[in-house]
Amino acid sequence: MPGYRELLQEAKASIEEVDARRAQELLDGEDAPLLVDVRERDEWEQGRIPDAVHVPRGHLESRIEGVAPDRSRPVLLYCSQGNRSAFAAKTLSELGYERTISLAGGYTDWQRSGFATDLPRSLGPERSTRYSRHLLIPEVGEEGQLRLLDSRILLIGAGGLGSPASLYLAAAGVGKLGIIDADVVDETNLQRQIAHSTNSLGEPKTDSARRTIEALNPDVEVVPFRERLTSENVERILEHGWDVIVDGADNFPTRYLVNDASVWHDIPVVHGSIFRFEGQVTVFKPGAGPCYRCLFPQPPPPELAPSCAEGGVLGVLPGVIGSIQAAEALKLALGIGEPLVGRLLLYDALSGEFEEMKLRRDPSCPVCGESPTITDYVDYVEFCAGVGH
Amino acid sequence: MSRVRIPPTLRGETQGAREVEASGGTVRELLDDLLGRFPSLRGQLLEDDGLAPFVNVYVEGEDVRTKDGLETEVDDGSTVILLPAMAGGAMPQGQSLGHG
Repeated sequence: MPGYRELLQEAKASIEEVDARRAQELLDGEDAPLLVDVRERDEWEQGRIPDAVHVPRGHLESRIEGVAPDRSRPVLLYCSQGNRSAFAAKTLSELGYERTISLAGGYTDWQRSGFATDLPRSLGPERSTRYSRHLLIPEVGEEGQLRLLDSRILLIGAGGLGSPASLYLAAAGVGKLGIIDADVVDETNLQRQIAHSTNSLGEPKTDSARRTIEALNPDVEVVPFRERLTSENVERILEHGWDVIVDGADNFPTRYLVNDASVWHDIPVVHGSIFRFEGQVTVFKPGAGPCYRCLFPQPPPPELAPSCAEGGVLGVLPGVIGSIQAAEALKLALGIGEPLVGRLLLYDALSGEFEEMKLRRDPSCPVCGESPTITDYVDYVEFCAGVGH
Repeated sequence: MSRVRIPPTLRGETQGAREVEASGGTVRELLDDLLGRFPSLRGQLLEDDGLAPFVNVYVEGEDVRTKDGLETEVDDGSTVILLPAMAGGAMPQGQSLGHG
């Protein structure tokens, strides 16, 4: 009885073998062979040669016809070292394939020689477990979850709205979360700002939020900006290429900076605001709907802003509004559903009612209209907006 | 008569009322009626006799700016919502502003 070594030698002698360089030439040439990866699923998930199809060695005979119905087309097979693919090539030739080629040295040699590979596009076992409840939703699934892990979302503020929004986005596996906040945690924050805790009093909110988020989900990279958003730093902060901005700012100068920047950089903004028992949410998606200035071309003059002493907010209200913002941000990142574009959702906790207003683009909008009059950042004077921080 | 919803930031001007009734066939007439009773609201809603740029008025869920502005007709029994710009969070006076 021949041993493994003899069988392998026999297989290799009966088939055509090529090295990585020659394989690349064949793939680039005319009459390019079909590239088949015969490794196991876990190996395939760790990386592969671009444009390969995956047919594990164990399923080769039963599945090859499905991917390679034309037996006259050459088939180039690879595994990790070039042994399993040699056997596979022999098998295919016995099945009537006219030209079967095995990649000598396999994927290992291919990779070592510096030829192109596709990065892993699979969650792997640990992430598949962590995000299993997302994977069960057809609208998300593995592809959507990978997309979330590649997403970059910028949060304006780590306070009442930013706390629940950042925690849910982190839990959902958004790969990169930017957080802009210049404040430190104080005792009056803890009635609602659930990203912080008693033992983070006095700490910068960006540090406190980062610790909470990293404890929740190590998949998330937090990019802290311990500063206020200004016309001076807005471009630097946007250089990270954010996919979505979640605006939980507490003041008009920031709201207008965020709006103008988002229009000029074409980034959707999930806008939320709260006061006492009432909150509102909408999505400003450049080009698809109105921007903040379509609604309110200018902030109110400081003398008309209600006294801040009248502020205050039910602690859970930012939880409701910030969570809706997180849901909208996830929809935008995934490209699913109907985001609140052109719709303002109002929530009144006291009456327990939601209501929706239609918002329309203003053709004469100073920023996103037909002939814009504002083309550079405006630093408005800071004043209290009369809203419960 | 129409029902006018007063946003929380303006309730200081309406003795805390969340909703008041007002009459008028157009938004302008309706606001005139409202401002007759709550004169301190004027600066929050109007500027140079037009609608202020930092407030929106919705009649039956539609922004009057996209219709006929202050001349937009208001049917009897309509719900009118005043929506001023709201920033989101605030600090007590005297402190620097942070994020909501």
